[in-house]
Amino acid sequence: MSLGRAIAERDAAALPSRRDEAWRWTDLRGLIREIPPASAANDEGLPPGPFAALAVDEVAIVNGRGPERIEIAGRRHRDMALRFYSAPGAGSHTAELAISVADGASLTLLESHEGASGDYITACALDIVVGAGASVERVLIAADHEASVGASLARVTLGPGARFAQTVLTSGARRQRLETRVRHPGAGASVRLDGLYLLTDRRHGDITTIVTHEGVDGTTDQLTKGVVDDQARGVFQGRIVVSPGADRTDARMGHHALILSDRAEVDGKPELEIYADEVACAHGNTVGALDEEALFYARQRGLPESEARAMLTGAFLGEVVDRIEHEGARGVARAWLAARLEAKS
Amino acid sequence: MLSIRNLSVSVDSKPILAGLSLDVPAGEVHAIMGPNGAGKSTLSYALAGKPGYEVTGGTATLDGDDLLALDPSQRAAKGLFLSFQYPIEIPGVPALTFLRTALNAQHKARGEAEVSAPDFLRLVRGKAAALKIDFDMLKRALNVGFSGGEKKRMEILQMAVLSPRLAILDETDSGLDIDALRIVSEGVNAMRAPDRAMLVITHYQRLLDYIRPDRVHVLSAGRIVASGGPELALELEREGYDKYEKAAA
Repeated sequence: MSLGRAIAERDAAALPSRRDEAWRWTDLRGLIREIPPASAANDEGLPPGPFAALAVDEVAIVNGRGPERIEIAGRRHRDMALRFYSAPGAGSHTAELAISVADGASLTLLESHEGASGDYITACALDIVVGAGASVERVLIAADHEASVGASLARVTLGPGARFAQTVLTSGARRQRLETRVRHPGAGASVRLDGLYLLTDRRHGDITTIVTHEGVDGTTDQLTKGVVDDQARGVFQGRIVVSPGADRTDARMGHHALILSDRAEVDGKPELEIYADEVACAHGNTVGALDEEALFYARQRGLPESEARAMLTGAFLGEVVDRIEHEGARGVARAWLAARLEAKS
Repeated sequence: MLSIRNLSVSVDSKPILAGLSLDVPAGEVHAIMGPNGAGKSTLSYALAGKPGYEVTGGTATLDGDDLLALDPSQRAAKGLFLSFQYPIEIPGVPALTFLRTALNAQHKARGEAEVSAPDFLRLVRGKAAALKIDFDMLKRALNVGFSGGEKKRMEILQMAVLSPRLAILDETDSGLDIDALRIVSEGVNAMRAPDRAMLVITHYQRLLDYIRPDRVHVLSAGRIVASGGPELALELEREGYDKYEKAAA
């Protein structure tokens, strides 16, 4: 069952439903009766994307059309903006892109999912192969339209000694999944896999990750934080698998969420599956409300309640943003978060 | 300046203050002393507007304005500052950012101009040095990982920067060693001014060796049961609160 297949075959029966364990909190079949018509080609040009201020090379995939393969060669660093853009009037489309990063190369991938308007449906698949000793930082801002439905799946394969760092930031959509699967077949690979969701109104955001350690001495450090308000729903599913032989793996996963309204919901499912020896694994999962004592303290010092709430919410989520390594991307993410918080308060 | 008449306050429907009256004129420092459970912290929280502290009767005015009708940030903008007995940790917000945001929020509420970054830094540097606060500490998240004494000094720093009309110091001496107590007290004494009132809430007389009050009030069972000059604090230190608790009972 997949959204991509349902779109490609125009078959709503192929949509994942809540009876599929991995999709039980992000039911698509109950939501979509009919797959909208295929999106037409669009060459009208794009508005500036979220990372425009950084003025880096840009690759755009518009209504599913664009390059299918990108190779990052040479032992040097590149910054690249990658935009999945759904143009005005888009119906449904899929996109597939393979990125290979050569041994020793380094890439900062500034990815955005953008929708101009309307109730489009998209599925995109990204395959990222990171060569030996190579390094990739992926920063994804999912700025989809509130009426859209989307699923994205990134499959990341790491070579020996490779490094992959990721931060996914989302404001959700009508229904949205952002999934990342990372395999460490090589020895000594290191992964940071972070997420942030800030969901209002009736938006839905699902951050799902599966990290499979297959080589020795791998590390995974995962931090996802979310805030849900109104009738929004946040989903975090994180699974770390330490395969037989992946000895001395060190994996940590944290998911922490704030629920700001009685009608908002957070579903969290952290899972660790360990089949190797000398493994250090830990996970933490907390869901709570904004600290009322801190709120009163800030108000006592003069901050109006809405400003105090925005400050504390921003500080809670800011920890994820602060972990972004690329300075420019960190600045963009910080501004994105501040704008969302301001719109909220 | 501060005028409280027959104030009654309940917490979780349980009456804590029962008809408390008190006047603190501008330029004066008053101490409120009392046994544990007398309602000292309830008085400070009720004046500051903490949710859950339900005013069931009476009035409280600052410069003639009804404090109880305002929300906590409006009371702060009017000049009410509460130094917390247990200052709150604010993860992710550097102390400097917090303080500047608070100062400018108050300025905005009063219709005053925003304080520029250089002016703000100049102001804070001066006040921090007087309180022996390392400036680098102000770049850290407010109160996170600070010692008890550091937190209390941060409260006094915030008070000095925000420059309130009415400062309420709730058990500011608790958790302080003698050196910290001296530094904090000097910070408080430096803020004495003809147009400012202070209300010092304390269980022990010790703090009043450093901050000399103009008047001392005894709070017991939710009311002021005795008032006098500084000598009243010494008497309490000698004889304890027993007779006042019996009188209130």
